[in-house]
Amino acid sequence: MSELTLPTSVPTTVFGDALTMVGRTLRLSRRNLDALLTSLMLPVMLMVLFVYLFGGAIRTGGEYVTYVVPGVLLLCAGYGSSLTAVSVCVDMTGGIIDRFRSMDVGAASVLTGHVVASTVRNIASTVVVFGVAFLIGFRPHATPIGWLAAAGVLLLFIVALSWLSAAIGLLVSSPEAASGFTFFIMFVPYPSSAFVPVATMPSWIRGFAGHQPITEVVETLRGLLLGTPLGDHACLALAWSGGILVASIAVAGWLFGRRTH
Amino acid sequence: MTNPAIEATGLTKAYGDLPVLAGVDLRVEPGTVFALLGPNGAGKTTTVRILATLAEPDSGQATVAGFDVVRQRRQVRRAISLTGQHAALDEPLTGQENLWLMGRLAGLSRQQARSRAAELLAEFDLTEAGTRRVSTYSGGMRRRLDLAAGLVGHPSVIFLDEPTTGLDPRSRQAMWQVITGLVGTGVTVFLTTQYLEEADQLADRIAVVDAGHVVAEGTPAQLKGQVAGRRLDITLVDHRTFAEVSAYLGDRAVHRDPERDTVGVPTDGSAAHLRAVLDEVDPRRDAVLRVEGHDTTLDDVFLALTGHRADPTTAKEQVHV
Repeated sequence: MSELTLPTSVPTTVFGDALTMVGRTLRLSRRNLDALLTSLMLPVMLMVLFVYLFGGAIRTGGEYVTYVVPGVLLLCAGYGSSLTAVSVCVDMTGGIIDRFRSMDVGAASVLTGHVVASTVRNIASTVVVFGVAFLIGFRPHATPIGWLAAAGVLLLFIVALSWLSAAIGLLVSSPEAASGFTFFIMFVPYPSSAFVPVATMPSWIRGFAGHQPITEVVETLRGLLLGTPLGDHACLALAWSGGILVASIAVAGWLFGRRTH
Repeated sequence: MTNPAIEATGLTKAYGDLPVLAGVDLRVEPGTVFALLGPNGAGKTTTVRILATLAEPDSGQATVAGFDVVRQRRQVRRAISLTGQHAALDEPLTGQENLWLMGRLAGLSRQQARSRAAELLAEFDLTEAGTRRVSTYSGGMRRRLDLAAGLVGHPSVIFLDEPTTGLDPRSRQAMWQVITGLVGTGVTVFLTTQYLEEADQLADRIAVVDAGHVVAEGTPAQLKGQVAGRRLDITLVDHRTFAEVSAYLGDRAVHRDPERDTVGVPTDGSAAHLRAVLDEVDPRRDAVLRVEGHDTTLDDVFLALTGHRADPTTAKEQVHV
């Protein structure tokens, strides 16, 4: 009974395993065409709905399409990231997690695989939403630095939400419950400045709507892409996303350990 | 004396207030098939999970392939594979893709993973199905693929947790052939089962577990020496005759069903034994209505070994998440 495989260093193995797991999750996403199309169609349809049906009635001091696109981007990213909760939960409740663990593929590889795949999916759908936005008249006037910064802010938001979703996927006991989270995430952008200015909302909700993370990220994107006043939105957006990211990774690691013991 | 492939001493484990293992000792020689036989809730799955490093024992120790399952987890994991009760497969992927993925995780190169997948598909009679999605597979094909996925990294110790539960008889036969085929390759197989017949067919040695204890251990022949392989059920003409015959047989009756006026005695299934039994209990040839042969069930083994029935309704199978 001797070891046949040469010992590989732990970081190399984790990195290689994580890459394999990214490939696995992306392949699974491609096979689940319904979910992939829904996560693309839904934000695009909502954008078209807001711009053409509601847009006429909403006064934002400019073209409504210009106002709403950053919000739709976040809605899209939020929904796309939240699907991670379902795929993580499916892995945890089926037999496959035992197989992975008995092959010494641990939490880091399994969860990183899901989060990176989610990020790749979301970058693709963000590009599509941007494309449709251009077609219907979205004309940002940003410097290259502004574009880059906006992409960075959006990327951090996507990664943070994907980790949050992974943690939710570890917390809930069934994929059905996990998909409930995706609905919750879909509603979070409404009480924010994503679709209508916060000033038009009833006073009791303004406190929340004006300061919740979606508002900070949306206002940051508007500032960077459209030149609206940035204020402290950028700092707060980074703080929110960074905070969610760090807390989610910590909680996910803890939950994974608890569930697999 | 060779080193054992698996050795466990005094394993205990409780989930909350519920004791699952109450001191399990096992020894499995390399290159053999070992079956852990017991009803739901006896502690089979928990034992496998501890040996496969997925759970830690509360006390006691165990080595697998020479490594301690708690302190040398990584080395154990490199030497083993686990095929659990729930298929560890990605349904939307093809059989080939599932095996390829496991090959990559086992440290094979892309090319190696591809050829290993093809090799295993051929070995498990899945070559044709290899390019189809697992969601289109039958239960038996899934189990075979699941087992194949566990073999990708050439493990030396293979754990199979109830490999045929829920399969139809034909798929079960096919699975048995596959498992028998593994043995020639020098690997050690540790399987759990609820079926005496399965343990008998596959295992070199069997340990019978009940309520977290090993209650008997030995070769199938040794165990069956304690319990006959078959049971002869004799249905008497009326209840009074049943009571008489039942009292006459005493301890020899391993089965009694007063509602059907039936008693069961161990038999080797031969015509000579059947005649002898009938002549003994029914010399005037008017007491017995009909006879029926039965394979010995787990219940019979339990009755003989533990004095009580293996009742799955009183024992809850531990649910693992």
